[in-house]
Amino acid sequence: MTVNLADLEVPGPTATALTQAFWAAAEEGKLLIQRCGACGEAVFYPRAICPHCWADALAWQEASGQGRLKSFSEIWKPGHPGWIPATPYLVGLVELAEGPTMLSHVLSGGQEAAVGAPLLFAPTRIGRRVLPCFEIKQD
Amino acid sequence: MTDRPWRAVISGIGELKPERKTDGINTMDLLLRVSAEAARDAGLAPGEIDGLLVGPQVGETPQHVPATVAEYFGMRPTMSNVVDLGGASGPGMIWRAAAAIEMGMCEAVLCVLGNHRNPVPPRAPNRNPAREFDTPFGASGANTSYALLMQAHMARYGCAPEDYAAIAAGARANAQLNPMAIFHGKPADIGDILASPMVTSPLHLLEIVMPVAGGEAVIVTTPEKARKSPHRLVHLRGAGEKITHRAVSQAPSLTSGPLKPSIARALHQAGARIEDMDFLSLYDCYTIMVAATIEDAGLCTPGRFGQWLRENGGMGPEARQPINTHGGQLGFGQPDLAGGMTHVVEAVRQLRGAAEGRQIADCQTALVTGNGATMSEAVALVLGGSE
Repeated sequence: MTVNLADLEVPGPTATALTQAFWAAAEEGKLLIQRCGACGEAVFYPRAICPHCWADALAWQEASGQGRLKSFSEIWKPGHPGWIPATPYLVGLVELAEGPTMLSHVLSGGQEAAVGAPLLFAPTRIGRRVLPCFEIKQD
Repeated sequence: MTDRPWRAVISGIGELKPERKTDGINTMDLLLRVSAEAARDAGLAPGEIDGLLVGPQVGETPQHVPATVAEYFGMRPTMSNVVDLGGASGPGMIWRAAAAIEMGMCEAVLCVLGNHRNPVPPRAPNRNPAREFDTPFGASGANTSYALLMQAHMARYGCAPEDYAAIAAGARANAQLNPMAIFHGKPADIGDILASPMVTSPLHLLEIVMPVAGGEAVIVTTPEKARKSPHRLVHLRGAGEKITHRAVSQAPSLTSGPLKPSIARALHQAGARIEDMDFLSLYDCYTIMVAATIEDAGLCTPGRFGQWLRENGGMGPEARQPINTHGGQLGFGQPDLAGGMTHVVEAVRQLRGAAEGRQIADCQTALVTGNGATMSEAVALVLGGSE
């Protein structure tokens, strides 16, 4: 990757009234997830009611930012042409310490990507937005 | 859930030759042409078909799809619907048609899927969680999702890239036996597959289906009405369906999918074992999909698909359990949602004994699988030839 991710012209998030808080927190360098006050489960992506028990008791919570790489791919031919200048780049499935899995952009920091690698939250400007990305933890 | 015998049969099929590009045609033209072929094949007049199952028509007809298609076709169906299960839509139509017939809602159902490949497809107007929470990170499209599934499978079981590539090579070998296939006359071996450009690691270009224009149609009807078909009838013996998620990040497992319970249910209904299947017509959008399906079907223990495939003698008509003799979508081409129906159409040909140049000896029973989204929408069918 030779370009600055902030210079990319790529599609950003399509936030809704419900998810606005998540993206706004990311802009401030925070990772928010939801937790259900009824069943106690952690929830990602954000929803109106709990997908585990259907209780209307979800509340925002700042996540620890610790995660584990469940899988990854090095993208040589992106689905969106705006990403071509950044190829090859890494995306991965990030299992958060709280339980849920999210897809994210992964910064290798010079490390070799491997399934099971520990990750740290790394808010990163991509195009016009700061997004909740992750980087591979240094040995 | 209870299991009772299915009565409906498949009496007609139609298929268009895949094309890489089309110009200025509409989907309806393709659908009508392939439907007319299936009706002729079944020996039914258009007025005798009173059920209609179609796929979504993204960009062309966002709503009222069955009414739009029925009007264009001059049909007045008493049962119609959109079946929107991605690559599982085709097999998903078959059992829905049979169920509707069972309940007396109609007597003959046209199940049809097709797509053009006109220039400049519009960018998806999606507004859903996958769009909101995957795309902004540089992960849009199925190639990324299946790469993530494949990477997880490789890491967990230590399978070699050659194991997966053997599936694409086997599909290409079968495509050499099918003049309709987009890769007919273009064989590729394991070395060629692995030498093709990396698209989304660990997926190489030739482990990914080629998008084409095309169409597939199937007629499901009552045993009585099926007497008009000159062919050996093909019975639905069992069906199973399961939907688990949409975005790959939400998958309950990255190495086993909803086809596992779907296949188990279809086999149970049919009173059959996986070893009994004379033909395996397995949905193959990517090499990893076939690998996972072989394991989910219980043909071998998880992680051993490569060895199983070698012991099976490959995928051709002479193999112990032949797989995707039409070339699969990896060899035939993927006519969008109709790609899933190619697996039904080929199974019908094999069970009829009409798979010219690639016929399996004494083919009595077949497993058909359909798969959609991110290994998340699954349909399995057990089909059998009439006694």
